[in-house]
Parts: sequence; C-alpha cells; structure tokens
Amino acid sequence: MKILFPFFAVILLVLLAVVGVKGANLHFLFGVVVPYAAVFTFIIGVIYRVLKWAKSPVPFSIATTCGQQKTLPWIKQNKLENPSSTLHVIGRMALEVLLFRSLFRNIKGELKDSSRLIYGSDKWLWLAGIAFHYSFLIVLLRHIRLFAEPTPSYLHLLETFDGFLQIGAPRLFMTGVILLAAVTFLFLRRLYIPQVRYISLSADYFPLFLIIGIATTGILMRYFLKTDIVGVKELTMGLVSLSPVIPKGVGAIFYVHLFLVSILFAYFPFSKLMHMGGVFLSPTRNLTGNSREYRRINPWNYPVKVHTYEEYEEEFRDKMKMAEIPVEKE
Amino acid sequence: MSSLQSIRSLNELLLEKKQAILEKWFDSVLETYPHDSAKFLKRQKDQFANPVGSTIYRGMGSLLDLIVNSADADNITKSLDEIIRIRAIQDFTPSHALAFVVDLKRVVREEIKGETCASQLIDELPEFDRRVDGLLLLSFDIYMKCREKIYELKANELRNMTSKLVERANRIFEAKYRNVDLEDIISQGNKTERGE
Amino acid sequence: MAKFTAKPAELLKIDFKTPKTDWMDTPVNIREHMYCHPAKAKDLEVVDFPNIHEWRPVDENWNLPENWKEIVLNGIKERLQKYRSFHVFMDICVRCGACADKCHFYLGTGDPKNMPVLRAELLRSVYRKYFTTGGKIFGKTAGARELTEDVLKELWYYFYQCTECRRCSVFCPYGIDTAEITMMGRELTNLLGLQLGWIAGPVANCYMKGNHLGLEPHTVKSNIEFMIDDIETITGIRVNPTFNRKGAEILFVTPSGDLFGVPGVYTAMGYLMLFHELGLDYTWSTYASEGGNFGFFTSNEMAKRLNYKIYAEAKRLGVKWILGGECGHMWRVLHQYMDTWNGPADFLEVPKSPITGTVFENAKSLKMIHVIEFAADLIKHGKLKLDPSRNDHLKVTFHDSCNIARGMGMFEEPRYVIKNVCNHFYEMPENTIREKTFCCGSGTGLNASENMELRMRGGLPRANAVKYVRDRYGVNTVANICAIDRATLQASMDYWVPGTAVAGIHELIGNALVMKGEKERTQDLRLEPLPGKEGVE
Repeated sequence: MKILFPFFAVILLVLLAVVGVKGANLHFLFGVVVPYAAVFTFIIGVIYRVLKWAKSPVPFSIATTCGQQKTLPWIKQNKLENPSSTLHVIGRMALEVLLFRSLFRNIKGELKDSSRLIYGSDKWLWLAGIAFHYSFLIVLLRHIRLFAEPTPSYLHLLETFDGFLQIGAPRLFMTGVILLAAVTFLFLRRLYIPQVRYISLSADYFPLFLIIGIATTGILMRYFLKTDIVGVKELTMGLVSLSPVIPKGVGAIFYVHLFLVSILFAYFPFSKLMHMGGVFLSPTRNLTGNSREYRRINPWNYPVKVHTYEEYEEEFRDKMKMAEIPVEKE
Repeated sequence: MSSLQSIRSLNELLLEKKQAILEKWFDSVLETYPHDSAKFLKRQKDQFANPVGSTIYRGMGSLLDLIVNSADADNITKSLDEIIRIRAIQDFTPSHALAFVVDLKRVVREEIKGETCASQLIDELPEFDRRVDGLLLLSFDIYMKCREKIYELKANELRNMTSKLVERANRIFEAKYRNVDLEDIISQGNKTERGE
Repeated sequence: MAKFTAKPAELLKIDFKTPKTDWMDTPVNIREHMYCHPAKAKDLEVVDFPNIHEWRPVDENWNLPENWKEIVLNGIKERLQKYRSFHVFMDICVRCGACADKCHFYLGTGDPKNMPVLRAELLRSVYRKYFTTGGKIFGKTAGARELTEDVLKELWYYFYQCTECRRCSVFCPYGIDTAEITMMGRELTNLLGLQLGWIAGPVANCYMKGNHLGLEPHTVKSNIEFMIDDIETITGIRVNPTFNRKGAEILFVTPSGDLFGVPGVYTAMGYLMLFHELGLDYTWSTYASEGGNFGFFTSNEMAKRLNYKIYAEAKRLGVKWILGGECGHMWRVLHQYMDTWNGPADFLEVPKSPITGTVFENAKSLKMIHVIEFAADLIKHGKLKLDPSRNDHLKVTFHDSCNIARGMGMFEEPRYVIKNVCNHFYEMPENTIREKTFCCGSGTGLNASENMELRMRGGLPRANAVKYVRDRYGVNTVANICAIDRATLQASMDYWVPGTAVAGIHELIGNALVMKGEKERTQDLRLEPLPGKEGVE
C-alpha cells in the first residue's frame, strides 16, 4: 500500500498529462498555466517554510561535537568536527552539504579470520546519495540551455564533460543515466533493506517514482522519441520571458515531462525534500562547539523559581553549625 | 556426554553439512525476533555493530563443533552461556529462550532426510538426541544462573551504594567504645535490663 | 522476565514470528523490567510539577487529566516555536536509515521502535496530523496519525528507552539529534505528571538539599571526612578540605554520586589527594553539592532551576572560578546550557591554574573547567610526581561518556592522563569509542533497578567491546569520567564481562600520585593490597 499508492499516483499524473494534451487539447494549461503555478508554489512555499523554521529561535548551543574540542594549546583541535569559529563552521557545513560527511561516516567493521579486525565501510548509501544529487544538479544546469539565448559558454564545457564518452548521436550524457541508476538504487534499497522498508512512508516513495518518471521521459525524449527541440525552446523561452507561446508540433511526451517536473516543484515545499533547506538550519551542525568561550543568548530565557541559599541555610542552620560548616546568620 | 564412537558416521555427516545446519539453526533462532530486526541480525556480520546476531551465530557455530568433537561440559557451557546470556534478558519466556536447543534435533533430521544412508543414520539418532538433551539440561542451569545474576545485580547496586555507610557505622561504634571495657558495657546493659 | 505461559504443544512448534504489521498498526506492549516506576507525588509536589496523579504503566487507565490531549498538542506547539532544532527535525528526516543500527537500545533489544528514526517518527506522526497540511489532508498516507491514549503510552514507553546519547546524530546527514526529540517528548510526559520515580526523587532532593542523593550539609561533610580517614590509612597523610568557605580561590563541584557509593568515593578520594598535594585554595559547597542535573531529564525549566545553585554559590563565596568533577551529563549541561541559563558569570575570573599559570581561554565565558583538563595541564607541566607502576595490577581501557564525547568533545585529555598514570592502556575498537562511543545503557535517569533488563540490553554493545579487549589484552578495568557510569556500568560488566571493574580516572591518579611525606604505600584507594605488597600490613 505504502508503495502502490504513490506508484499509481505517478502513473495517474502521466495519464493526466497525456489525456489532457492529446485528448482534450489543453496545451496551454499543461504548457503554461501549470508550470507557472508550480514555480510560483515552489518559490513561495520554500520561502515560507524556511522563514517558519527561522522564526523558531535556537536557544542553546547544541552542536554535536564529533571531534576534539578547542582546549589546551598542546592538544590539537579537530576544527571541522568541533568548530570554534565561523570559518570552521563554514568548513563543517561545506563538508556536510557538498560531500555528505556524516553519511560517509557510516563505518562498519568486519572480523577477518576471526582475529584481524578490518574496517570496511558501508558507503553505498553515501555513494548513491552523492551520485543522485550531483547528477541531478548537472542535469538541471544543462536545462539552462532552454532558458537562455544565446546558450552560455560554460554550458558547452559542461556538456563536453558530461558527454565525453562520445557514444551515439545525440551524444550520450552520463548524468542522465547516473541519475536514473542512482534513483533506482535508492528505491531498491528501500525495498530490500528490511529496516529501511519498515520505516518508509508513501512520502518516501512518491518523490522517487516522480523522479524516475522525470528521468525516464527525459531520456526517452532525447534518445528515442525525437522531440521538436526548436519548438520546445520556443515554449521555454516564452515562459521565461513572460510571453508564453504554444508552438505546434511538440509531442505529448514533452508535456508529460514538463507536468511531472511541475508536480515535483509544487510538491517540494510540502515534503521531506525540504531537507535541502533544512540541512543549513540544523543546529547540531551549524553551531560552534566552544560554548564555554562565548555565551549564547536565549531570546526567551525567563526567570525561574529557585531554592536560594538563604532558604537552604534556614532549614539546615543547626545541623551546619553542629558540623562546623560556616553559616551566614549565627 | 558419552563417547562418540557409536555415532561416527552421523558425525561425519554433521561435519560435512555443518554450514548448512548452522545456517538453518541460526535462522530458526532469528525467527523468534521481530521480522525486520531478524534480517538485520542476520545480515550485519560486524561483531560490534551487531552484538546480538554475531554472538549468537558465533556461539552456535562453536556449539556444533563441540558436539561433533565430543568436547567437555566446560567448553560447551562456555558457548551455550554466550547465547543464553543474551536470550535471558530479552522478551522471552524461559521455554522460548531455550527452545533453540531442542530445535537442533529438527534441523539435523531435516538435513539427514535426503541422504542415501538415511536409514543407517537414523539408528544413530537416539544417541545424538541424548546429547542434545544434555545440552538442554545444561541450558537450564545457565539460564537460571543468568536470571539469578540479574537479581544479584540489583542487590549489588544497593550494596555499592550503602557499603561505605555500614563501614562507617561500624567505625563510629568502634571509636565510641574503644577505651571502654567490654565487660563494663555488658554489665551496664544487664543492669539496665534489670531496671536498676 | 515474562512468566511461564507456553503450553507443551507450543513448545515443539518453533514459530514465534511477530506478525509483520506496519509499525503504526503494532500497538505498544508495555513490558515489565523495561520501564521505571512512576514518581511519588511528594517528590513532584516539591518542585510544583503539574497534574500529579496515581497511575501505573501496565494499567489500562493512566488516570490522565481530562484535557490531556489539549495539553500535549499545546505543548508540542509551544516547543515548535521555542526550539528550531525540534521544528526542523520534525520536518526534514528523509528516513534514509543511516541511524537505524546506531542505537545501543536497538542493537540490544531488536525492537524496531528503538531505531532512532522510528523513535522520532512516533512523535513526528502526531506532529504531521495536527501541524502540517499534508498530514491533515492525507492522514496515514502522509505518515500522520491521531493522538490517542495508546499513542501517548507508546511515546512514554520509548522516550524512556532513549538515553539522549546522541550517537545517531553523529551519523545523520542532517544532524538530526534524537536527544532533542526525546527531551521534548519527555517534557510532554512531564506536563501530564507521567514522571519516573528514579528521576523525580533526585530532582526533589537536589532542589531542597542541594544534591540528588539528599545528603544534608553535615552528611556531605562527614562523608568526606570518612574518605579522609581512608586516605590517611593509605598514605599516612591527613588531607584537610574546607566547606562553604568564603574567599577560597576555587569552588569545586562534583556529582554527589562521588560522595556516597562505591566506586564513586574512590574517585572523590583521588580529588582530595590531588588538591591537597597541590595545596589548592579551594572549597566544597554543601549547597551546590551536585554537579549532575536530573532536572535535565524532566524539562528545560527544571534543569535551569537546579543549575542555578552553582553560580549563586560561587558568587556568595566570592571564589574566582569553578572546577568541575568527573561527570557526563553534568558537563553537557555545563558546557552547552549553564552560561545561557544562569550567566553571564561576570563576577568570576577566567580560570587560571594557580600551579602552572595556564589560562583556560576555552572557558573564558563559563568560568568553569573540567578537572581532567586541569589535571592534564598539571601533568604536561610536570607538576605531579607520579608512579604509574602502582596501577600495574590494572589493565585499563577508556569508556568515552556520551555527553563528554558528543556534547563537549573532550577526547584527548582523559587519554593523556590515563597514559601518564597507568602503564597498561588499551583502546576498544574504533567504531565504539570517541564520537562513536556506546552508551552505558543507563543514562538519563534510567539507572534504576526495576528496569535491569532494559539496562542490560542497552549495555550490551558497550560491554561487547569491553569483552573484546578483555579477551585480547586481559583488560580488567574500565576507566571513565562519568558518575552514572561509575554507578551503573559495574552491573553491566558483572553480567556481560564478569571480573571487570569500573573506575574514575581520579582514582587512578590517586593511586599513582606520589605525595610529599607519604608513607610507603601498600594499598590502593580501595584498600586492597598493591601488587607485590600483599601481606605487608
């Protein structure tokens, strides 16, 4: 159920686009209205979510310290795992955001020959994560070509790099394939590892299916069902210049692709995909660990009821005097 | 544990099929854990990342070796202890915690079934069963020891908290009466008792 | 332990497989020996906790206040607005499973709801239902569920099976810290009066009497005097500490566990000997006689109320700075919370070792340093005469306490000290120490005796690593710098690795410290004969 529901939801979305464009001729709706609405939802939604998070303060300095603290001068501090300055924090965050440092930590020891302890690592998740996110990023960047005239020169460089295998015509872009492979791995992993399957929700499968759909339609368009690329660019340039046009002759597959992308954009702010923004706001990672050196202010700090020394002495004065412990009032 | 001579050929089979028997036996223990955890206990082989699964697996492996090699009770107790120590503090009734021992009979029988010399092996089964029964009896002892240990731990913690207190009370008493003749105290006490 | 219930016929059928149901459809099964007894009303009254009532975890009816649901939901809402950590962690988990097998309770119990991700999902599912659009509309499909009494019981059961050790947070790609979520979860149970006796008792004691154990001022003093007698027996030297003394340079605060139980007192004897040898101008306090903070396991507010005493006493006595003893969660609270709660301590000076002149810039705002930092600095400057051979009967490994490791980051100092006072030191395997250290299994107020089975299960991963170094190197002592470890790890060792002792680092220092004018030592701090000195008495 947790898997089938999102699966059929994505199938339904595909059919909706096909029927909408081919059957009902709703080109304008699927080519212009939906994309605009999706991008609008995405921008407003992401800003809203981030602001909402940001509105909650960070009252305490709760960095998870994963390395040696800053202390005596002769003990080497681990600046990236236990930062004590903004620069260190930037370094730690960069490792986390760009290289998924914590996932990389996923160490697993193995006992070989029942005596030697070998440390291998369980880095498949890390590898798939890196492959997925980076290929997605490059694929996104490649799409800038559709929204800029003339095509920026760095895109040529990117495409040369991406297609260096020089296979086939049109040239095979590696990232598209890697993206599809990585996202498939992430899906199979959810199915195959019992614990991960147990904890997975529909909300975990839906974006996977959606992205699989997007990558598949994209690849189909580029390599198999030739799409009128000039027409597509006409449409995308229209969108970006706010003077939308619906060119003739662009196949339904393009509208399916565009629709799924729009759904992903619109879904983004309401979903776990917001981890993209959230990771920057995670207090255990973006704070310094030297909380004894600088005082953190809690904006909602309020006075509390305490048991004062005077009250204490009042209760125990006789016993204290008997035990020759100094008192304030004889 | 009696001599092994009489079941040599069954032994040979056990040796030959040790891995298959072990896997099957281990699986039957895993079935007593929640489904998703069982897979984890089986898959994760690292002894530190998965102490429960790896300890039980290791213990069962050496138990099989020991049964085949007619090891002494001491060694068998050691291997059994590793497994039972874990199961004694998990959510099992005593019977469920120890059922894995008896289950070895089923596993071995299933492995024998397909063998050509099955009928001959079956004659040797009573002897094998006797040894498994021996294991089971040992298991009772170990299980009880583990459970007693748990109660002992509770008592020990209390003792650790208070031992210094008792020691201190003793010393205060000693200090108070250091220079007093014990006879005096007793006679004093007697006088008090008599109401003098 | 469950009772004998199986029928003979069932015994032969080896099929105990749990029904494979979705976790939301698997109701909580509250088992004996896995939880601690409820709090006594009188302890909760002392600190004005709300909704005090009679209840028992195994009962069907928990006698909850009529508006309990409203209390919980308002409680969640308030905390979402107060803590970004809580708010962000409720939203961004992608359920990748990297944390799943990192929790000592999951490893020891095999209960899937002890996977950190699922422990958090227990509360997240409620959050989604009442605080997110998707959860309100799509319900279960979006991973949302109603808050019912059963759900509340589940939250209670599992938030008191987490020791806030933060190991999962190390491995999470977003730094999601289950400790933060457990703290919020426990605050919610606290609002409903569902507190544990083992936590509420120490809290009430600490509030009224100054320490968890409830030692009154004269008892604090006489307990320490008792240690002084033992030190004299061992060294021939009579140390002379002071109490509540105004004008001392340093206030010393340590967990009260060090003043009472075994082996905590040996650690305290180590402090007394070290400070005497240095001629340190310091004082104990009977009012601020607790470094630990069980309030931290109830609510942020209670923790602050208990913590108040330390700065207040430092101010009253007019000391220059504060020295803190060996403790785990005490240092998480001091390092990451105290200054924010009850600072700024502008009436104190930046800690400066009167012996070496070292200024502890890393504590320039808090004005409090860890006694191990202090000792490491002394040893580095050659200020201590040490005879590590007096610890030759000990083969030592070091257990990093969760809070010192992941809530402070003090890894090298304790190792440096141990290596200087012991000749035999062995590390446990790499994925079980430092920031990856395993909890003792009894932290956050779960160190009662009625939940011994839970503690043994949670303690297994740590004990398993100790067993490895015992079998390999003959290790017989687990050194640590945490009072809860000293109080509870011994039970775990006795069960899993019999013959292994637990000791604070200052006990080892006390053994090795050559004091001016001491007699020839024949006994260690436990009054047991030193190796080669048996029968010398």
